[in-house]
Amino acid sequence: MNLVVGVLALQGAFAAHAECVASLGVSVLEVRTPEQLEDVDALVMPGGESSTMSQLLLSSGLFDAIAQRIAKGMPTFGTCAGMILLASEVLDGRPDQRSFGAIDISVRRNAFGRQIDSFETAIDTPFGEFHGVFIRAPRIERTGSAVEVIGRLGDEPVLVRQGNVLAASFHPELAGDARLHEYFVTTMTTARKV
Amino acid sequence: MTSTNGSSVGTQRVKRGLAEMLKGGVIMDVVNAEQAKIAEDAGACAVMALERVPADIRRDGGVARMSDPEMIEGIKAAVTIPVMAKVRIGHFVEAQILEALGVDFIDESEVLTPADETHHIDKFGFTVPFVCGATNLGEALRRVSEGACMIRSKGEAGTGNIVEAVRHLRNIFGDIRKITQADNAELFQWAKTLQAPLGLVQEIAETGKFPVPIFCAGGIATPADAALAMQLGGEAVFVGSGIFKSDDPAPRAKAIVEATTHFRDANVLARVSRGLGAPMTGIAMDEINGTQRFAERGW
Repeated sequence: MNLVVGVLALQGAFAAHAECVASLGVSVLEVRTPEQLEDVDALVMPGGESSTMSQLLLSSGLFDAIAQRIAKGMPTFGTCAGMILLASEVLDGRPDQRSFGAIDISVRRNAFGRQIDSFETAIDTPFGEFHGVFIRAPRIERTGSAVEVIGRLGDEPVLVRQGNVLAASFHPELAGDARLHEYFVTTMTTARKV
Repeated sequence: MTSTNGSSVGTQRVKRGLAEMLKGGVIMDVVNAEQAKIAEDAGACAVMALERVPADIRRDGGVARMSDPEMIEGIKAAVTIPVMAKVRIGHFVEAQILEALGVDFIDESEVLTPADETHHIDKFGFTVPFVCGATNLGEALRRVSEGACMIRSKGEAGTGNIVEAVRHLRNIFGDIRKITQADNAELFQWAKTLQAPLGLVQEIAETGKFPVPIFCAGGIATPADAALAMQLGGEAVFVGSGIFKSDDPAPRAKAIVEATTHFRDANVLARVSRGLGAPMTGIAMDEINGTQRFAERGW
């Protein structure tokens, strides 16, 4: 089996995600065009600026291509801005900002504050304690009934899953810990390939 | 800095993390809320709020300082993307003020008139991250040793001429490539030659890369300039005078955003370079005398 995980590389922390995936011994491909998307089995959407990425998704033709793949069940993992792109409802976004509506959550952009409020802290997850890095992070303000909350910061959800879609409001790619990427690749992606 | 609930703000990881988020993007100089909106509409990943773009600072002469807080707050209120602002080299009080205003990144910049001709700011003392300019690897590593979380080429701001930024990127990435091939004994000599901390030189040798993101700034005026900077190893670009000193800023800004993302795709570059109107006029390097060369400021 030759699994290829794509990392959306329009803008943002795609290099750090690609390193994390590669550290698991899995092939990685940076995705900037619909043609490149055809060559991947799963997709990671990194942090960055969701408004910038939303525009580049439309101009590159990737928006519709990714929406079709997600609808067909492509495993997708979004962090921070990537989570905003996957959400069904975006609060405090730009009016022209698009999202895939792939996971039934409402997220508020930059709800944890500006950069001086950015922080790192421990999060409870099923894999044990995970170090969460939150950068101008979005907040999950509502989760639909089909959404499973996997990780919490205090009482609030910060890591959620619905079917083949995984979303985190923090940055596992910056913590030097690939357990979450491993969960995505082994549990969500490999299971589907078999 | 740790709070009572065990979470930490202002750590190197959190500060460098924002630099990671800006990769592959375009940071645009803006002088008012209206320009900031144009920049955000065009897909900028951040804006740099300043009173005059470098081309005007160059033209006007005199002392260039931190911008008026009122103007910075106006820009913060106008956009949802990160807002950066500049302080004079060594002027840590201007930096304290920008931190109090809640800007997302501070540029300790040679474009403004230096406040200290010996010392740069101790950037570890701040919660907000800093970016600093560099012309070569030694200068870049000295800035990291003072706490900078992002390095940008200095280029020669306000000229619309990419030649100096190319020189600086080639200096930095060329020496990084050499260091990754050096043996242990040679690393001691590299540290001496570069006047940089040995530990950081050894880190480059071990990891094969610079400790923080390296962006390109200084002289980008066209989509092709942005793609050139990216292909030379820049991880994102700053565009100062190049957008709002051109004939038609909005389409040029959008084209530079596309070119920065699709920097290896010549077909995209050809498409977005079409019909943009005149870029800023630009200045050749031999038209600038020594005291007007911003890149020579900083130590």
